[in-house]
Formats: sequence, structure tokens, C-alpha cells
Amino acid sequence: MSDHDYRPKSKVGQWFNDRLPLLTLANHLTDYPTPKNLNYWWTFGGILTFCLITQIITGLTLAMHYIAHADMAFESVEHIMRDVNYGWLIRYIHANGASMFFLAVYIHIFRSLFYGSYKAPREIIWIIGIIIYLLMMAAAFMGYVLPWGQMSFWGATVITNLFSAIPFVGEGIVTWLWGGYSVDNPTLTRFFTLHYLIPFLILGLVVLHIWALHVPGNNNPVGIDIKKPSKDTVPFHPYIVIKDGFALLMFMIVFAFFVFYSPNILGHADNYIEANPMVTPAHIVPEWYLLPFYAILRSVPDKLLGVVAMLSAILILAVLPWLDTSKIRSAVFRPLYKQFYWILVADVLILGYVGAMPAEGLYLLIARVATAYYFLHFLVILPVLGFKEKTLPVPLSITEPVLGGSPNLATARKKESKIE
Amino acid sequence: MKKLLKIFSVLLLICSSNTFSFAAEKVDYLKTDWSFKGLFGKFDRASLQRGYQVYTEVCASCHSMKYLSYRNLAEKGGPEFPEDQAKAIAASFEVMDGPNADGEMFARPGKLSDKFVMPYDNVKAAQAANGGAYPPDMSVLVKARGGGVDYIYSLLQGYEEAPSGMTLDDGVHYNKYMYGNKIRMAAPLSDGLVEYGDGTTATVEQMSKDVTTFLMWAAEPHLEARHQMGFKAIIYLIILTILVYFSMKKIWSRVESEV
Repeated sequence: MSDHDYRPKSKVGQWFNDRLPLLTLANHLTDYPTPKNLNYWWTFGGILTFCLITQIITGLTLAMHYIAHADMAFESVEHIMRDVNYGWLIRYIHANGASMFFLAVYIHIFRSLFYGSYKAPREIIWIIGIIIYLLMMAAAFMGYVLPWGQMSFWGATVITNLFSAIPFVGEGIVTWLWGGYSVDNPTLTRFFTLHYLIPFLILGLVVLHIWALHVPGNNNPVGIDIKKPSKDTVPFHPYIVIKDGFALLMFMIVFAFFVFYSPNILGHADNYIEANPMVTPAHIVPEWYLLPFYAILRSVPDKLLGVVAMLSAILILAVLPWLDTSKIRSAVFRPLYKQFYWILVADVLILGYVGAMPAEGLYLLIARVATAYYFLHFLVILPVLGFKEKTLPVPLSITEPVLGGSPNLATARKKESKIE
Repeated sequence: MKKLLKIFSVLLLICSSNTFSFAAEKVDYLKTDWSFKGLFGKFDRASLQRGYQVYTEVCASCHSMKYLSYRNLAEKGGPEFPEDQAKAIAASFEVMDGPNADGEMFARPGKLSDKFVMPYDNVKAAQAANGGAYPPDMSVLVKARGGGVDYIYSLLQGYEEAPSGMTLDDGVHYNKYMYGNKIRMAAPLSDGLVEYGDGTTATVEQMSKDVTTFLMWAAEPHLEARHQMGFKAIIYLIILTILVYFSMKKIWSRVESEV
């Protein structure tokens, strides 16, 4: 990469840069060669950065007015909604921002699955991403507890109780997590502390995520290694900056519709009832973005095995680069994988749907089949597919997609026109 | 651009399908035109004032509204009572204050800054007076029920004779919109129960609509400001998006690639 040779023009710049090469970093970020065929699914990285920053800024503002105490939390949220200037706006952005964050992260993850972005040499980027995703779930769960409504309280009770499934020490761990013998004030204050901490851990990991990305550079829809910089790349600024900016604005329009016109539609009505340990809600459901995993948890009859299945469903993603044995990255050139990919998408959506329904009868049966298929996809289909699948010819470069490299010119051309 | 629209519609689809599964309510609630729905939805001021009258003369004898203050009644976007009228409303309630210099608690007329006076001293007292059931606080009631305003509006008009074969305990009433159809609250409204100052006929339907509108405002006092700001914000975003789109096209025209 050319940025190593960078030297600031001014004397002061040189003096500063020799001591702390921030200007070299800025130059690297501006010039960073990016594949020019990136499609809009690639804009969600930037969108996610926006989501994180938005959550941190609105969260800090809310924390100035929120009171983390079991007797006052609910009231302080109402105080924010009623009496704090634009408090309603900040809280609705924060609450819906969590949903938008997850919407974006799911698109980001499934983009990676489609184009094989997790494969060598990008395994570390992928694994950091999975850790970020896990931390996001922890942060979102604890954040949902803070308003101390009925769903907050009972959601916290259900999720923390999962740890009691651990043999021998489970009960002790749960008591330790709660800071008492039930979810109560000590639980709330520690959740608040962690909810405040985790976003900054995520921020640090995002820096590593981007750093690790900038070593091999972006994957691209064709999924081939490209020369950098070359005719296949464009500098990050202004090309990718303006494109990410445009996509971000589209995203913000959707975001704004939720915040201004249906701010409570993604939440549960019960969370506007103050937490009451004596009254259990009829159905305890987590936020929509956790539903697929909730469905997996409930589909296993044994409590411990259910927890193991739920955790495995997430952790299995971390070893995905080694489960997928295919050398070809992009699903564009993998006709069979492409079909299994869409089946997996449907499978996860189905899991999400049954996760919101009572775990009984047909719903439970569907949840079990969908759970089994989820693991089948990663543990059997992907490893086998790498050996069995007949992939399509892959172009040599983005600008010269078919010349020379392809024994079957016509197929490659057809594929190429689809990529665009 | 076509591809982009596809992505955009997928996004919207995901959003709407998610909301759909939660918004699914099996009960058919009674419908009415709510003036506060939609992009420009605003409260009907007269309805809010009538709704407050129903609340204070009927509901408030059992239901508290502890997060509201009398000053809210005069604030913009609410019932917008003139300030002196809101002051008079506040002063008509007796508020416990103190301790004074002698260490005594004392009663005084309410002020604008006071919270709505609660009908009972605490939850236990409320339960004792209501056969063990706690009349829920009404501050955020419409947001705390799945069906929202339609549910409350229907519930108020949903009292019927219990179907044959259903036995009701003493103090329990049949309501076709209540979860499980059994409700502790007796039918609170009857035709002509209140006398509206503006000459509107106080039918059960009219009172239900007015008081539900009032409850919606109580739960979302900044709803009008939210709708107004939302419209401006979205128009602004759309214009900016269009401008950025053409800038993007211009910039990308320098390279042979599609955006």
C-alpha cells in the first residue's frame, strides 16, 4: 500500500507525524483502495458505525437523567419522556436505535455469509465480528432491563435463570449474578453499570475489526483477490464515503419513521407496566432480535441442553471459516450453496417467528425442525458442499472478468451481468 | 438504482413483517376515527378537555395518574386549558404538604406544580377499597395495553350480560374485550353521567372516545410535537438523500462502474 510513503507537506505536519503518525493514518483511511464493484450490501458497515455512535450519544444523555434504582427507574424514564427537553426524542431514538442496530447487523452478517467474507484471509475480522455481536446482545438485553417494566423484570429473571442449568454451581452463579435471591435493586445497578461499559468495549473491538479489515482489504461481490491499488479499486474517499453516506441516509429515513411515527411498535406493551415481582406476564418474550435464539432454547426439552444449543447456535459461527470447506468465496459462483443460503435465511426467519409464539403444539414442532436444520446447515451441509459442489468459473479480475481465466466464456458472462 | 430500491423494499419488508407479528391482535376492537393518528395527527382539543372532565369526575375516584402535574393541563399540545383555569383546577384539590416550621404536615390547595392527587394513599389502600383488585395507574395505560386506544375505547363499551353457563364471582363483571372476559371494574360509564360544558351529548360512546383521547395524551404528552418534527425530519432527509444521490452519480461517473 502506498500510504507508508506518505509525508505531510508542512513542516509542522512532518514534525507531528514523525512523533505520532496520525496524519499517515488519516491518509491511509482516505486513500484506502476499495473494490469498485462493492454493492449496497457493503454499506452496512458504515451504517453500523453510525448506529453505535448514535446509541452511545443518546445513551450518555439518557444516563444523565435516568436513576438506576428499583423504586425510581420506571419513574425516571417517565420523567425523561415528559419533563426533560426532547427527552422523548432521545429515548425513542435510543430504544428504536437498538432495533435498527440489530437489523443492520443481521444484514451485515448475512452479506458476509453470502459472499464468503469470513473465509481466508479474513477469519480474524469475522471472529471479532462475532464477539461484537455477542456483546451487542448482552448490551441490548441489559438495556431492556433498565426501564424496570414488567418485561424488563421478567426477561431478566428468565435469562439469568438460564445459568442455573449449569450442573452443581448453577444456583450459586445465579445468586451471584443477581446480587441477592431474586432480581432486585442490586441486579438493576450492575446491569446499568455493564450496559454503560459494553458499548465502549464494542467501540474498541470495532477499531480492531476495521484494522483487521484494512490488512487484506475488502472482499467483494465476485469474491476474488484483487490487486491494490489497481483498475479494480477506487480510493475510499470520495467514492465509498459518498456511497455509504447515501445508503446511510436511506437507512435514516426508515429509522425516522419508527422514531416519529411508531416508536413503541417494536417494544412490548407490558414494559409500560412497572415491574411487579408478584405478577408474572402471560407470555414472556424477548425483543424481536433475540427471538431465533429464544426459539432454539425452547425447542430442546432439557434445560441444560437447551442453553447449550442456544449458545452453540451463536458460537458455531465463530468456527464457520473452517466449517465451510469451499475455496470459492462468493455464492454467485456456487449454485448449490446459493440455494442452501436462502433456505438458511428462511430457517432463521421461521425460528424468529416461532420464538414469538407460545412453545406448544405445531409451533414447537416447527421450532424443533428449524433448530435441527440450523445445525445441519453448518455442521453437515457446508463441510460436504465444499467437496461435492461443482462451482462456476471465477473471473480473474473485476475489470476483466472473463478474459483468459474462464473455460466457459458464456456462463461467466451471464454471471457477470448478474453481479452488476 | 433498481437494485437499491430492491434492498430498500426488503428493508421495509423486514421491518413491517417484524412489526406485524407483534401487532397481531385476534380481537376485533370497536373502531373510531382518532384525530391523533397519521402523519399530521393532532389531538382534538375540545375532546381532550371533555376527556379530562370524564377522567376527573369518574375515573379519578379509583385510578391515579401519578406522573402528570396540573401544569400539564395548560401546556401546549395538551388540553390547553387557559392558565387561570388550570390553576383553579389545581386549587380545587387538597394537597398534603410539609412538614412546616413546627414539624407538622398540613393541607393546602393544589398548585400547578403539584402532581395529580392520588385517590388512595397507597396500593394496599386501593386494593382494600376495590375488592382486592388494584385500579391501575392511568398515566401510561394506553401504552401498557396491547390494543392501545382501540382496546380502552372498546373495553369501556364492552360490558354485557355474561353468556349463560358462565358464573361470575361477586364483584366480577363480564366484558367482551377484557382478557379472559372477567373484570373487577363495574361498567364505569352510563349515558348522561357527566354534563359537558360545551353542550356535547354525553353518550357512553362519546365519553369513551373523549376519555380515551385524554388517556392517549396523558401517555404521550409530546405526540403533536413528535408528529410535527417527524414530518420535517423526514422531508429534510429525503431532500438530502436526493442531493447526495446526484453527487454520488457525478463522482462515480469518473470511474467505469455502476452505483
